[in-house]
Amino acid sequence: MNIHEYQAKALLRDFGVAVPEGRLATTPAEAEEAARALGSKVMVVKAQVHAGGRGKAGGIKLAKSPSEAKQVASEILGMTLHSPQTGPEGKVVRKVYVEEGSAIADELYLAIVLDRAAEELAIIASTEGGMEIEEVAERSPEKIVTVHVDPNLGIQGYHVRRVGFGLGLTADQVKQLDAFLGGLYRLFVAKDASLAEINPLVVTEEGDLVALDGKLNFDDNALYRHPDIAALHDPEEEDPRELEAKKIDLAYVGLDGDIGCMVNGAGLAMATLDMIQVCGGSPANFLDAGGGADKEKVKEAFKLILRDPNVKAILVNIFGGIVRCDLIAEGVVAAADELSVQVPLVVRLQGTNAAEGRAILAKSDLNITPAETLGEAGEKAVAAARSAA
Amino acid sequence: MTILCDKNTKLLVQGMGRMGQFHAKLSIEYGTQVVGGVAPGKGGQTIEGIPVFDTVYEAVRETGADASVIFVPPPGAADAILEAADAGIVLAACITEGIPALDMLRAKHSLRGNPMRLIGPNCPGVVTPGQCRIGIMPAQITRPGPVGVVSRSGTLTYEAVDQLSRLGIGQSTCVGIGGDPVIGTTFTDALALFEADPETKAVVMIGEIGGNAEETAAEYVKQHMSKPVVAFIAGQNAPPGKRMGHAGAIIAGGKGRASDKIAALEAAGVAVSRSPAEIGETLAKHAPSLAG
Repeated sequence: MNIHEYQAKALLRDFGVAVPEGRLATTPAEAEEAARALGSKVMVVKAQVHAGGRGKAGGIKLAKSPSEAKQVASEILGMTLHSPQTGPEGKVVRKVYVEEGSAIADELYLAIVLDRAAEELAIIASTEGGMEIEEVAERSPEKIVTVHVDPNLGIQGYHVRRVGFGLGLTADQVKQLDAFLGGLYRLFVAKDASLAEINPLVVTEEGDLVALDGKLNFDDNALYRHPDIAALHDPEEEDPRELEAKKIDLAYVGLDGDIGCMVNGAGLAMATLDMIQVCGGSPANFLDAGGGADKEKVKEAFKLILRDPNVKAILVNIFGGIVRCDLIAEGVVAAADELSVQVPLVVRLQGTNAAEGRAILAKSDLNITPAETLGEAGEKAVAAARSAA
Repeated sequence: MTILCDKNTKLLVQGMGRMGQFHAKLSIEYGTQVVGGVAPGKGGQTIEGIPVFDTVYEAVRETGADASVIFVPPPGAADAILEAADAGIVLAACITEGIPALDMLRAKHSLRGNPMRLIGPNCPGVVTPGQCRIGIMPAQITRPGPVGVVSRSGTLTYEAVDQLSRLGIGQSTCVGIGGDPVIGTTFTDALALFEADPETKAVVMIGEIGGNAEETAAEYVKQHMSKPVVAFIAGQNAPPGKRMGHAGAIIAGGKGRASDKIAALEAAGVAVSRSPAEIGETLAKHAPSLAG
């Protein structure tokens, strides 16, 4: 789960990581008031959306007075922000964060991630602050310091020293980093983060370390034990269909094709998208109905798929292990009937109780095209979508 | 010989809820020696004809179990894995989906140096056809034979196994290693076991987007595998930044793309099927002596 910068900054502050003073505003008048309360000479007004690249996209602006803060906030609020991370449709800005300006001497990069390959937590730091770390890794990997931390032991002094001196900090600044990085690590572990990124971490003209930006992602699987983090979720930042799917415990990702897909199992669901593309078609969505798929869930999945106006055909691909194909077939028949599905349906059932399931489909008077193998299912679905187009 | 488990394996079921009971029953029907269940507070009961114990220690002492399948819900799953290891279990398959990544990271670290092999979590388990079923796979689609199958996915494993069986090609052992970011047994671990197993003559490997386990496996194949390997990578057209069902299936920061994995595998001499419908046929072509 992602959160906004202003939420991340509040968490960072709680864990002793130095951040600039700031206030949230949802109207230009509130931005003016926030700037006045901050009382600093220069303010930064920052769009709060779940995407990077805000600066270049015009979502971050300087202001030198409360009235100017009001002016730039009125330009940013309500704009549709387009950056490489927002997708082509962009993101509407509903909130801005008004922050005191910092006198920047140097910009660094600092992050903690779960390193899957090493099976450790990794601290990644670089002297190239403000740039995407992937870009630095490609162009000048020698500028990146990576330090691994044993998750059962936690962060030690030598980790901090390797990072700090590796970044060329002074001995005094390395002492500051001890609190800064120590706090970031404790936050990561205490709240089950999956990514904690400070980019840039600035060294001010006074020589202090401050988190100018802060990005925190959290492990969805651990939200059950962090109600405070779960409460930070902003539903307006998510695709409404994906949000709907989450509520009914389905994994759904919207795509831009015309063949709706309902599959059990994430791997088979991905392979079904691949199959459609191999056959020359284009999938409208990824949908994993999960191991507990039953009649009711099938109906909900159909509703979700049909909310996409581009869908011209639906492919149901079930390989029953835990899931029973006869129950799926009943669900398909009930859903097609109750929702009066107009688009052609291609259904492939294999595995547990597949024969019973196929019999149920054959008995119904619905226009369902059965398929035996995955290849056949892909071809028939693509043909159905073409003839319906 | 086969890998991981056979007809002599004595299996425990940790977590005797609805799922645990249902699959214990199916494993018994398949001929697996399910010797006990573990459910704290239910010790002394008999469920599905299986004696139930409060702790794994007791169960191991009373039954001589050497393997365990774990159905314990996410908050207690890492604890259950560590309990199995501490009690002397040699092979544990954790089926549970949704375990916090940091719990698994800590558990995996604690298992370093411990002889227990962990399969999963978030996996369908292991089947040695005709001998032993650990987990939730529909074992009826498997048939004994010479091909080792290893996969990050559940249902896609069934798809691959079904394609092989339809071509008359049986399997030595089918292993689902799981779709989470941190897992006990990796592709490389499973490939090493298959390479060492005299009954396995070829391997089918089913990968997916996210992480770099397939690239590491490709390097291993290049250096150490004498047996033919066939692969499929799911998610060839998945959009970046989206979690495709599995917690581990995400293209992040330009890393973990299917195209990179396919290129690495092909450079290592692995035959990669572009179509998920041709995994079996690709194996038949790549290892013609095995086709039935």
